[in-house]
Amino acid sequence: MQSIREEEGTNHQQQTENFSGNIKYILAGIFFGIVFVKAEIVSWFRIQEMFRLASFHMYGVIGTAVVVATISTFLIKKFKIKTIQGEEVIFSERPLDKGNIIGGLLFGFGWALTGACPGPLYGLLGSGFAVFVVAILSAVAGTYAYGLLREKLPH
Amino acid sequence: MLDLLKQPWHWSVAGVLIGLTVPFLYLIGNKPFGISSSFRHVCAACLPNNANYFNYDWKRETWNLFFVFGIALGGAIGTFVLANPEAIKIDAGVQQQLAAQGVTDFTEIVPADVFSWKGLFTVRGFVMIVVGGFLVGFGTRYAGGCTSGHSITGISNLQLSSLIATVCFMTGGFIMTWLLLPFILKL
Repeated sequence: MQSIREEEGTNHQQQTENFSGNIKYILAGIFFGIVFVKAEIVSWFRIQEMFRLASFHMYGVIGTAVVVATISTFLIKKFKIKTIQGEEVIFSERPLDKGNIIGGLLFGFGWALTGACPGPLYGLLGSGFAVFVVAILSAVAGTYAYGLLREKLPH
Repeated sequence: MLDLLKQPWHWSVAGVLIGLTVPFLYLIGNKPFGISSSFRHVCAACLPNNANYFNYDWKRETWNLFFVFGIALGGAIGTFVLANPEAIKIDAGVQQQLAAQGVTDFTEIVPADVFSWKGLFTVRGFVMIVVGGFLVGFGTRYAGGCTSGHSITGISNLQLSSLIATVCFMTGGFIMTWLLLPFILKL
């Protein structure tokens, strides 16, 4: 089984893909965006209910997703299921460092403020809440600031 | 059938479908499911980058930008084609707490008094949209992933770092919600 550090990129496919190859990721995104909206995961109120321990909804969504993803990942490893291009699936190793804690807390603050993790930010934009383009650009600015400060931050 | 799709979906349905995104992306193109890396690709593609962090072949990662573009399209379909005929149902206790803290609009999926162009130009809206967005971008890349990359993909691949990051995401959210947000909402 091969694995690779997430840092080094998230495209683990050896074969290159052209524009039409990328269409399938748009379709996957569309499917995913519909789920986000229809299960109200994009709702600031649902996120508030989660953090105020007033509803099981978000815990149910994330918990079920983790269970299904874990079983699927286990099966892919166990039966060495190949990609549709016939390649061996490569899994990301995510390094353990202080960033998981400090960055994790900072993201948690942002999550409770915007009521959205990165996926829902895009979903909300599509839902017609145009002001979320400002939140997305702010997130890009935050990422840029992180990139510039990275060497100076504790890891 | 269409009526059923227009109702808000049960958490178990959403959870299964989101969970299946992980093997789906692995098998259609050897891609680990993750969303926050899209911010990094935008930086690498569009902004002047003398930092090592942005010095990589972002063109190999365009799949992720196609994916998030799809999420926005899916958001539009979910909202306008499969529109829920009824207003969002918010927990009564939470609505009461939020009303006491200064939220006035409970008719849409996000409080429209905060998340609108008018709201953006208030101190409260600026903190929640701009500062909040900045923290999402800074924090997810510092932590090495977001809810999708760490909490779902990372934990499903039994990564300890992902479990720790997820505990911290939740802790940060609790601190913000209980200790700071009551003051921010009154700004």
